Amino acid sequence: MSDQKKLAIIATKGTLDWAYPPFILASTAAALGYEVQIFWTFYGLQCMKKDLNLQVTSLGNPGMPMPMPMPVLLQALPGMQKMMTVMMKQKMKSKGVASVEELRELCIEAEVKMVACQMTVDLFDMNPADFIDGLEFGGAATFFEFAGDADIVLYI
Amino acid sequence: MANFDQELDASGLNCPLPILRAKKTLGTMESGQVLRIVATDPGSVKDFEAFAKQTGNVLMESGEEGGKFVFLIKKS
Repeated sequence: MSDQKKLAIIATKGTLDWAYPPFILASTAAALGYEVQIFWTFYGLQCMKKDLNLQVTSLGNPGMPMPMPMPVLLQALPGMQKMMTVMMKQKMKSKGVASVEELRELCIEAEVKMVACQMTVDLFDMNPADFIDGLEFGGAATFFEFAGDADIVLYI
Repeated sequence: MANFDQELDASGLNCPLPILRAKKTLGTMESGQVLRIVATDPGSVKDFEAFAKQTGNVLMESGEEGGKFVFLIKKS
């Protein structure tokens, strides 16, 4: 098994759009025969919650395609983030893009190893019971134990 | 098109689902059996080439049929 390729990912983001890259790359790499580990740190830990409540916002993100031009101050109104999230999910569904939940399930099925940053859990007083089963907890040294032998290391 | 043992309809699915579904289906098949995959994702053309190259499964055919992409993959 020592010739099996390895992919290590550090996932730091907790928005709906940025939840996709780690899950897409991890599930695909696993399908290609890679051994994969994702280290979830800071806001990335939102992707490991049993109940996902990932949102998307155009605030501070002028690159996000909008159905209509909208001044930044309007984008900040209450309810806008929820609306953008609903619209983004509808768009993804209509284009046959998998949900984050589905991709996460496929990763787990493919035995992608998920490691949570213990420091982040402590920092934000997160409850370990809120996370999915099988999640391991560790620190930077835990990441390097795997990443040191990895063929590809990505920071997302 | 040549004969096949199993068929996977990945129409309407986007990256990376066609590859993931194909991998899963191949997992249930015997070595030497052929899987026929139908997809609508234009990215799947290059992706199935890359998938075959990296997994050792053989991409026997890759083509278009009635506006859809059709692949034949023989399990290694």
